[in-house]
Amino acid sequence: MTERENILGRIREALQIKAPLPGSHAAAGAGAQPAGEPPVAHARDWLPAVGETRAEQFALFAQNCADLKANFQRFASREELRAALVKIRDAEQWQHLASHDGELTRFACQALGLPTLYTDQGYDVQALEKCDAGITECDVLVAQTGGVVVTSRSTGGRALSVLPPHHVVIARQEQLVPDLPAAFAWLQQHYAPDYPSMISFITGPSRTGDIERILVLGAHGPKKLTILCV
Amino acid sequence: MRTFVSEFKIRATAKASDLPHRQFIRTSLRGYELARDRRKGAFQSWESARQAAAETKWAAVNRLDDHLVSLTARLEARGTKVHWASTAAQAREIILKILRDKNARSIIKSKAMTSEEIHLNDALEHAGFTVVESDLGEFIVQLRRETPYHIVFPSMHLRRGEIRELFQRELGDAPSDNPEDLTMVARRVMRQKYITADVGFTGANFAIAETGMISITENEGNSRLTSALPKTMVTLMGIEKVLPRFADLALFLPMLATAGAGQPMTCYNTMYSGPRQPGEADGPEEWHVVLLDNRRTELLADPEQRDALHCIRCGACLNVCPIFRNVGGHTYGTTYSGPVGSVITPHLRGLQEWKHLSSASSLCGACTEACPVKIDLHHHLLQNRRNAAVGKPAVLERLAYKILGIVANDPKFWWLAKKAGWLSQPLHGLVKGSALDPARAWTKTRDLPPLPRESFKDWWRNRK
Repeated sequence: MTERENILGRIREALQIKAPLPGSHAAAGAGAQPAGEPPVAHARDWLPAVGETRAEQFALFAQNCADLKANFQRFASREELRAALVKIRDAEQWQHLASHDGELTRFACQALGLPTLYTDQGYDVQALEKCDAGITECDVLVAQTGGVVVTSRSTGGRALSVLPPHHVVIARQEQLVPDLPAAFAWLQQHYAPDYPSMISFITGPSRTGDIERILVLGAHGPKKLTILCV
Repeated sequence: MRTFVSEFKIRATAKASDLPHRQFIRTSLRGYELARDRRKGAFQSWESARQAAAETKWAAVNRLDDHLVSLTARLEARGTKVHWASTAAQAREIILKILRDKNARSIIKSKAMTSEEIHLNDALEHAGFTVVESDLGEFIVQLRRETPYHIVFPSMHLRRGEIRELFQRELGDAPSDNPEDLTMVARRVMRQKYITADVGFTGANFAIAETGMISITENEGNSRLTSALPKTMVTLMGIEKVLPRFADLALFLPMLATAGAGQPMTCYNTMYSGPRQPGEADGPEEWHVVLLDNRRTELLADPEQRDALHCIRCGACLNVCPIFRNVGGHTYGTTYSGPVGSVITPHLRGLQEWKHLSSASSLCGACTEACPVKIDLHHHLLQNRRNAAVGKPAVLERLAYKILGIVANDPKFWWLAKKAGWLSQPLHGLVKGSALDPARAWTKTRDLPPLPRESFKDWWRNRK
């Protein structure tokens, strides 16, 4: 017998006796879970409130970003976005950028006019490590948490959003979803069954509290996260 | 002979009387509690969320065989290599074989309690591999050649000055004792290691049966880098980590963050469903997932305590436990400390050797209250005590209760016992707490109030 069969065999034998349902304090052997909708079907009603309107949800996203020490800015036009990008470039004296192929990223990199490493077709890791910023698009923005979702397929691979010290996300306003259930539903609708090999919910810049529980940004991933929404 | 229980007592006595240490831990956990309560308060209904999380885990664990079959079939369909290990030794062998097949020399690890459970680092170093822990807290305790103090906050027992000295000694670099400066030292040390390591090693927080994914939760980004840059990725997970559906994560990720660290959401929550796929820019060429039983199926076979397998290792029960706060994490001598460690260690390592942990409890129930998946922790501690007593009765204790039964049931014996008590209590003062005192374990730190001259029965009879 293989270990797979051994383990599955032990599991099946153990499950011969039913366990009481959670919270029932019943004796062993009490009841099975009622069939029907999954327990998380109403998660939206219990998770933190997000507001009804888009305006409220954008306000919440902005508030969450402020709490997370992420820099969030919203623009009415591409011209404003261009100006904001140039301002950050000059303030931080960027020399080298990394990005991936995308409609918004192309616009951003053109606006910045710096030597840019595109990761889409494979890349030299040492070169990526030396870049000042990684510029990516995202799949969705989550109002409830102030987070962005990136994937290995849609945003230039696994390392682009974590290796450079500054991660800049360029997003469209309509990419904002209200809450986590909506974000998971979006991913499922968009990708199932062929998911990218990595899907990452990024909520604020990299952080640690491992020394005296004091917050320090940029433990291993980016020290700065900027989200520019147009 | 030193036993686990005598070692526990020695360490517990030492830590409990280390007042600065207790103060330090308490201050740190009070900060956690405030943040957690604020985040819990942001939920529209934390209690409903807990109940749903408990029911979801119940559904997952009580159909674990089906979920594991589905999970592994989907992982394998996308090129992931799945391995099954019944024991810790098998898991170590599997991992060593992968490393040898790949001619690997260096391994970068992100945090995994399962790897502590199977003592992986020792085995790897013994076999000549270089292993570096990339999580800052784990890196610190690795440099100190210590085990993690806490399952979520591995280095919470250390002050910045101690960490600065450690970095100076081991790395020759520590500009100040400012936490930011110290973190940046670790960041610099680690950067090239991600790039040059042959193998990246991770743990797992959740696995999704529906889609064939492993979900990893972290704040630092070290796990993201570990699973992005090395050519081979190895993930070790306990078989109980499975959730049925992708959408379950919408509830479990914020709950883990809230219960674990008082955060609305942990910084990086990443779902992996395979090695680098065609058309993707980077990622490991090979991904090995090692499923670990290591006596989890024995816990599964106990329906009364099966819900202990719901545990998502958030550490909330440790943080609120008065015992943990006073004796500290290392005192337990186990991989998993605190209430949940006291519940599961007897199953994982043997009841009679580890039953003392179930007595190191005030049964206050704070752990059960704190648990985001509603594990009935403090009742399980009582059940462990019962099971231990049934398996190996304490002869003297039984005899004592038998004698008490006889004396208490007979008015003459009872009267005699009362008289004997009145007469001998003044004499007890001479030996109280000393080696001659038969009740020393109790009386060395406690006083017995003086027995009243008149019993209730006498008073009732003599009242006017």
